Amino acid sequence: MTGTLGKDLLGLESLTGDQIRLILDTAEPFKEISERAIKKVPALRGSTIVNLFFENSTRTRISFEFAEKRLSADTVNVSVAGSSVSKGETLVDTARNLEAMRIDMVVIRHSASGAARFLAERIQSNVINAGDGTHEHPTQGLLDILTLRDRFGDLKGRRVCICGDILHSRVARSNIWGLTKLGAEVAVCGPRSLLPNAIDEFGVRIFDRVEEAIEWAEALNVLRLQFERMTAGYIPSAREYNRVFGITRERLDRAPRDILILHPGPMNRGVEIDSDVADGPHSVILEQVTNGVAVRMAVLYLLAGGKPELAEAAKGGSGRGREDRE
Amino acid sequence: MKPVLLSGGTLIDPSQDLNEVGDVFITDGKIVGVGRSIEGPEDADVIDCAGLIVSPGFIDVHCHLREPGREDVETIATGARAAAAGGFTAVCAMPNTDPVTDNQAAVGFIVRQAQRAQSARVYPIGAISVGQEGKALAEFGEMVGAGAVAVSDDGKPVASAQLMRTALEYARTFKIPVIDHCEEPTLSAGGSMNEGIVSAQLGLKGIPAEAEEIMVIRDILLARLTGGHVHLAHMSTKGSVELIRWGKERGIRVTAEVCPHHLSLTEESVRGYNTNAKMNPPLRTAKDVEALREGVKDGTIDLIATDHAPHHYDEKEREFADAPNGIVGLETALAVIVTNLVETGHLTFSDLVDRMACTPARLFNLPGGSLKRGAAADVTVFDPKTHWKVDASQFVSKGRNSPYDGMPLVGRATCTIVAGSVVFRSGIPARGREKVNRTRG
Amino acid sequence: MTTKTTTVLDARAVERTLKRMSVEIVELNHGTDDLIIVGIQRRGVQLADRLVKMIEGGEGVTVPQGSLDITLYRDDLQTIGPRPVVGPTHLPWDLEGKHIVIVDDVLYTGRTIRAALDELADFGRPASISLAVLIDRGGRELPIHADVVGKKVEVGEDERVDVMVAELDERTEVVIVPKSTA
Repeated sequence: MTGTLGKDLLGLESLTGDQIRLILDTAEPFKEISERAIKKVPALRGSTIVNLFFENSTRTRISFEFAEKRLSADTVNVSVAGSSVSKGETLVDTARNLEAMRIDMVVIRHSASGAARFLAERIQSNVINAGDGTHEHPTQGLLDILTLRDRFGDLKGRRVCICGDILHSRVARSNIWGLTKLGAEVAVCGPRSLLPNAIDEFGVRIFDRVEEAIEWAEALNVLRLQFERMTAGYIPSAREYNRVFGITRERLDRAPRDILILHPGPMNRGVEIDSDVADGPHSVILEQVTNGVAVRMAVLYLLAGGKPELAEAAKGGSGRGREDRE
Repeated sequence: MKPVLLSGGTLIDPSQDLNEVGDVFITDGKIVGVGRSIEGPEDADVIDCAGLIVSPGFIDVHCHLREPGREDVETIATGARAAAAGGFTAVCAMPNTDPVTDNQAAVGFIVRQAQRAQSARVYPIGAISVGQEGKALAEFGEMVGAGAVAVSDDGKPVASAQLMRTALEYARTFKIPVIDHCEEPTLSAGGSMNEGIVSAQLGLKGIPAEAEEIMVIRDILLARLTGGHVHLAHMSTKGSVELIRWGKERGIRVTAEVCPHHLSLTEESVRGYNTNAKMNPPLRTAKDVEALREGVKDGTIDLIATDHAPHHYDEKEREFADAPNGIVGLETALAVIVTNLVETGHLTFSDLVDRMACTPARLFNLPGGSLKRGAAADVTVFDPKTHWKVDASQFVSKGRNSPYDGMPLVGRATCTIVAGSVVFRSGIPARGREKVNRTRG
Repeated sequence: MTTKTTTVLDARAVERTLKRMSVEIVELNHGTDDLIIVGIQRRGVQLADRLVKMIEGGEGVTVPQGSLDITLYRDDLQTIGPRPVVGPTHLPWDLEGKHIVIVDDVLYTGRTIRAALDELADFGRPASISLAVLIDRGGRELPIHADVVGKKVEVGEDERVDVMVAELDERTEVVIVPKSTA
């Protein structure tokens, strides 16, 4: 069975459950490649991929870089600090320049919601959203879901609670889209000042207190608290946040079942999550990182699909079920 | 100037309860005859208006003409001509120019530029505060003396209640309205669209309806306190309509306007991060649209204005949060109202003329707004039934930023007359009988 | 254009052929020492299963068995349209000093084997690699040959060879069908 994702991966909102499953299924064999001595396959040999990061991010960029190199693609990293407006070259011009250099794929991270789509509408290259403003971070959502699937099997009916600053979180949005499309039950938990007003319309449960969330959930995805939120006055202090909402050993010990702990990283130890939880037996945080490379390889592999019109010419006789020629 | 005879159109003028087929005869810039079968003199310019509506000229009390300062996106001349093409015989130009129109010299400049344009009339609106900085009162008297018809800091809200109070009191001396852009700045800061499910899904910071409503009730209460006339610009929410109704019931001198886009589009138009659906106040929900339509119908909202705000293509061609607010509207206003309010039964054409011509003239004390004998000959002739497709690339305005581009609409101006001169004539032939030796309207 | 299906080998014939092949493999290798049988996804894996069982029956030794998915090493990845699903690859040994026997169902252009050789090279450096195929239909586009062949078959331009195995296809049989057959 084969499938397509279209030209770009901009978010999980526009994918069907089947497309999400296709990406997760494709990621499985790529995990094995990362265990080999030679962690490289020639699938994307000769492809040029640009990692266009307008926001600082070491971990996501490295994860993409590994994914690209393990597929034998040629990669270029471009870091642009600040928004395009303040830095002179507009996003439109950046897009056109990339196209003129015949780049095959662009991985973009930008501080403006909608920036990935803006780029995708203007260039022929495949565009992968590595995080746009507070809108979506689809590969993070996918690797979170893959990690849950590895542990749970089927995600249907599984209870996953996302904890923290949902209002400003693209990771939360992608997770909510992806998990609901696969039939999971999703909840959010955090201070109301960090939940969007329209959260009721997202089809998720809302817990005002983390104790209630822990009572209910089978997995917690703990979001990083950004310090800008305190200076902007959404919550009074990190100390209070930890005391009221922190995922601590004491709180988890009172849970009726073992709860999987996820975190997109980087962690603020002692704020949203305590070290003994992050390093504890139910934490799958490091599995998330491993799955991240495999998921990104799967996405790159699927998006770099060949030209369908040549598919007919390439079909030849051979064993049943095999698309290639011997 | 040749006399003009507008022949056989449906004359609609709610200021004198007129709604019947007839002729209008214009001489020396004034309306001298209204009735059936007027015989004009030999040399009159006869315009066949069969199948068309003839009304007092539309007046847009809220538009941005960008001159001085941003002549690259619009000038008073191009704006006036765009207005004429949309059927407007007069517009009021907001003072958020560069430099701000906050003194008599600046007001005089606009008046002279408008005269040079020889198209729709342009009345300057002066700033409430010097530089629109919200601190010191501008010289209302000097500005009115030079031609200003109202004051406003539009573009920005008047954040200080004390300043708004003083402005309302001081404006009473000159009998001009004080126009406020209702937006509580700390609630709206950083927002780029309506706060709701769409903004939550798109990851854009939203502006809640309450940011407008808080200032609406504040201004209504200040109008009560001072006895001044406050005019609320571009209303966009259901709550605002309810508050205005409350104020009017108590005899407070509050008037309000609404823009065609808030009567026809919702926040759904922003999906896909379309910057041509980005303006301030933002497009809201279907409930708000319905409440505003009801408000226009029952008169709670007194008039329709465009808030025409041209922007350069490059400026709109960027990430949504960074793009400037505003869309053009002079050339689509009539069609949007006909398509979304008249064709749906919310308004009659008589109501439309009232909200777009008679009431603006009356509330702002401007000439026009009536087809009575002796009135200034500012007349709009339009085709209420013609179907057309909006093509922004063909706009007379320099601005192309319209969310209606490519949309099919009904209704279009065919002839605009200002002070007895035809300032706009469309190529679209009027429906109705062919007349020999007579020109089409 | 032919419209009928020709049976080349029925289930019993396949068994007999595989039996003979299993003996040839052991003969070529002078025994079972350092032998690893590697099946190519998909049907090569099932055939490798059977060969390993037959060798066990004949020699009393269970030879290690691996599997190889060559999808990511195909030379036509850019042109085939939607991505094929990648199957599992299982080669958990150090290949130094080993004698690999690649098993596949049909040898035709040789491109699959080329891809398999490239992939094996990324795993290590075996002492030798040989190839066992159930059907050789000729039509090579690369200089690849099979060391152990079940049956050589003549196939027309408008036909193809289908190998079916009971483990996946309900029956075991090798047929020639017109290309247009689904």
